[in-house]
Amino acid sequence: MREQKSGIHWWMLAAAALVALLLAPVASSWPDGLERVAEDHGFIDRAVTLIQAPIPDYVLPGMSGGPATALAGVLGVAVTFAVVWGLTRLALRTTRH
Amino acid sequence: MHIPDGFLDPRTLAGTAVMGAGAVGYATSRLKRELDEGRVPVLAAMSAFVFAAQMVNFPIAGGTSGHLLGGALLAILFGPWAACLSLTAVLIIQALVFGDGGITALGANVLNMAVLGTLAGYLTYRLLGRRPTGFRPAAAFVASWVSVVVAAVAAALELALAGAIPLRVALPAMAFWHALIGLGEGVITTAILAYLARVRPSLLSVLRPESAELPS
Repeated sequence: MREQKSGIHWWMLAAAALVALLLAPVASSWPDGLERVAEDHGFIDRAVTLIQAPIPDYVLPGMSGGPATALAGVLGVAVTFAVVWGLTRLALRTTRH
Repeated sequence: MHIPDGFLDPRTLAGTAVMGAGAVGYATSRLKRELDEGRVPVLAAMSAFVFAAQMVNFPIAGGTSGHLLGGALLAILFGPWAACLSLTAVLIIQALVFGDGGITALGANVLNMAVLGTLAGYLTYRLLGRRPTGFRPAAAFVASWVSVVVAAVAAALELALAGAIPLRVALPAMAFWHALIGLGEGVITTAILAYLARVRPSLLSVLRPESAELPS
């Protein structure tokens, strides 16, 4: 409870937003480990897109470049914060030992 | 390490979905014993941080990049079951909102990263950092590295089972890149935990007296 009263979670949330705003736009665009293996061994083209994601590849539709990624990141930060808070509260209150 | 749709075959997708869902169900049942409700805001905030950090790919050797996974970080802070659920939420949001990771492959991604990688990292820390008083940075580093490599090995097994690539190729390839990426995970995780341990040690669940026993 002390943590909630101290409000440290707001500092953490701010840090998360800063990471999304400042670091995400300058992230490396090189393929990640799995993509690299898929490219090297010829199965990268097996990938298919099954749904129309609202913010595909972390680029806010209608925008481009750094700001599109930064805002997508901040949105994701907010959604994750809300979802985890809500779902965890729900899970704690509806489970029995 | 997010597997997109199309890499795995229906049998592997179904099997990993069942295992992933089962593990998440179990984690939910363990949550109440592990997480005090007062910690929910901090868990939510650190989950949001992990989401953001997963967007920040850092270059490793040879034109490849990696990013933080965050399983060991969350597990050392909140315990393995809360970490598992938190990462599962992150993965679902990534898949549904941002198209990062497949929808049918969600079970596999949850199994690899939120369950196996996270648990392996947590167990490694508990085994190496056996002394419950004081944060053990070396143990955290190794635990973080292990979490990434274990998740990658699980993914390699799935790729091989699905016929995308032979195991004798998949395993060394995935292990190689993720052994490097795991070093980054180790550095980032250890730095964050060391900072938090210094300014607010009560944040780390592994430092709390009641976590002195390994989860039964």
